[in-house]
Amino acid sequence: MTALSLKNVNKSFGDIHVLKDINIEVEEGEFVVFVGPSGCGKSTLLRVIAGLEDATSGEIHIAGNQVNLTPPSKRGIAMVFQSYALYPHLNVRGNMTLALKQEGQPKAVIAERVQKAANMLDLGPYLDRYPSELSGGQRQRVAIGRAIVREPKLFLFDEPLSNLDAALRMNTRIEIANLHSQLGASMIYVTHDQTEAMTLADKIVVLRDGRVEQIGSPMELYNNPANQFVAGFLGAPSMNFFPAELLGAGGERTMGIRPEDLFIAEDGPLSVQVRHVEHLGGDTNVIARLDGHQITARLFGQHQVAEGENLRLGFKPESTYAFDREGQRLR
Amino acid sequence: MNKARSNPLNSVMMHGALILYTLIALFPVFVILINSFKTRKAIFREPLALPDADSFSTIGYETVMKQGDFLLYFQNSMIVTVASIFFVLLFGAMAAYALSEYRFRGNMLMGLYLALGIMIPIRIGTVAILEMMVATGLVNTLWALILVYTAQGLPLAVFILSEFMRQVSDDLKNAGRIDGLSEYTIFFRLVLPLVRPAMATVAVFNMIPIWNDLWFPLILAPAEETKTLTLGSQVFIGQFVTDWNAVLSALSMAILPVLILYVIFSRQLIRGITSGAVK
Repeated sequence: MTALSLKNVNKSFGDIHVLKDINIEVEEGEFVVFVGPSGCGKSTLLRVIAGLEDATSGEIHIAGNQVNLTPPSKRGIAMVFQSYALYPHLNVRGNMTLALKQEGQPKAVIAERVQKAANMLDLGPYLDRYPSELSGGQRQRVAIGRAIVREPKLFLFDEPLSNLDAALRMNTRIEIANLHSQLGASMIYVTHDQTEAMTLADKIVVLRDGRVEQIGSPMELYNNPANQFVAGFLGAPSMNFFPAELLGAGGERTMGIRPEDLFIAEDGPLSVQVRHVEHLGGDTNVIARLDGHQITARLFGQHQVAEGENLRLGFKPESTYAFDREGQRLR
Repeated sequence: MNKARSNPLNSVMMHGALILYTLIALFPVFVILINSFKTRKAIFREPLALPDADSFSTIGYETVMKQGDFLLYFQNSMIVTVASIFFVLLFGAMAAYALSEYRFRGNMLMGLYLALGIMIPIRIGTVAILEMMVATGLVNTLWALILVYTAQGLPLAVFILSEFMRQVSDDLKNAGRIDGLSEYTIFFRLVLPLVRPAMATVAVFNMIPIWNDLWFPLILAPAEETKTLTLGSQVFIGQFVTDWNAVLSALSMAILPVLILYVIFSRQLIRGITSGAVK
């Protein structure tokens, strides 16, 4: 069964067309990540699914039921917000139980679900505290707990990690991945961070300017991007692009090659001048100029490369990508 | 800490200026209070002297208690002030929420229209208001005053509160919607507590002019049973003779209730509860 299906969904604010003909299917139990640069409409799409915004046209089905006219609370969804959005006047228990009380669930069920969620998220000792007495990471866990207790058909996450610091972000990311495997629920996760997208997703939806650019598993998108945008968006550091004539190939094509596919080779075809070197320990990132184009190489291990040095870089021909003038992939 | 702020000379000067201002602001109140406890002769002989064994007298308070029904006037003033502030806050907050939260045609125009009242004094419309009150039979009732003061307070309330409500996190309201709270519950339980400091500001701004107003009570509700405190005190001020003891005593007593209301509202200005809601 499909947990969510969007059919030709459009959304306009006045004259501004924000979402254009979105078609997405989410299977039961799937973890789907919407990713794109800011302003691409990914958060708006999530709000349309949640029912916080009405779609201008198109159909939204959640678990087989059309929900265009259903209010958010009746859609069988739960949402985790970027700013946590905890109720300041309620303690942790109150925050988690409010929705269940609104639904009129019996007390025993409420207590049991809260207990279960608290155990899962290690929130037991904090149940009687108020949001103002919790740290950022704890607040985010409460926000997730508030979603879990509702046992929704579909979880919606709106950039839940962007207010956390780097270390906490990684831990919470792992926690969310564990949660997904424990609950087996369908989840939709919005982010602009391609690392989060790659690590969490069963399926990634890349959005740009309100359009779906490509849908697929993380490795599909990485290995087989449909266009220059997707190729450049996924992977860090991002893919290098330069005109094909630099390689001696004809036509107005753009060549793309990932930084990790470049290596130092005495007789390599690319002659570059090093501008900057980042030593990361495990990797060394070399940022260099190639005939007026910036090119980044990610070399594995530690390399002694000096700024200003001239290097020759090589690559395997099968690891290159070609794009036409509109940015579409040429195969 | 800032260097300029920790400099003792600066600190002394700052406190000196604040103390000077406090003295200037409190001086008239102080004069009213000390003179209300003096005999008539002493008031005129030495207005700035403290009451001593010779000049001490509570004659003013006795006159006030004997003449007219001051307890009733107190009660009237209190009812009018509290009810007006309640309605200003309730309707002002609701209008502000609608303006800041919902997108609808003419939202902007409606906001400007509601704020227009800040620039036009309501007293310009006194004749029309009086005609309206006569037609509806509200003359000489407290409702006449409550309605007028509510109308007078709304523009500023809507203006200030809608600014503050725009700052309330959208996520919080949306979380409420997803959890199945009604729009009214979201408004009363989530949004209002977060704009409490702004509400207290609006209440304080409205309270004092309403309490001190003489114009509308004189015109709309001059009957004995609806007199407010300010109007009631006017009995002692005549064209030829003024009973200063009584006037000063009445004014001294009139300060108390506003002071209490002010303390209640200013406590609300303390934020505290809002921290930790978002971020």
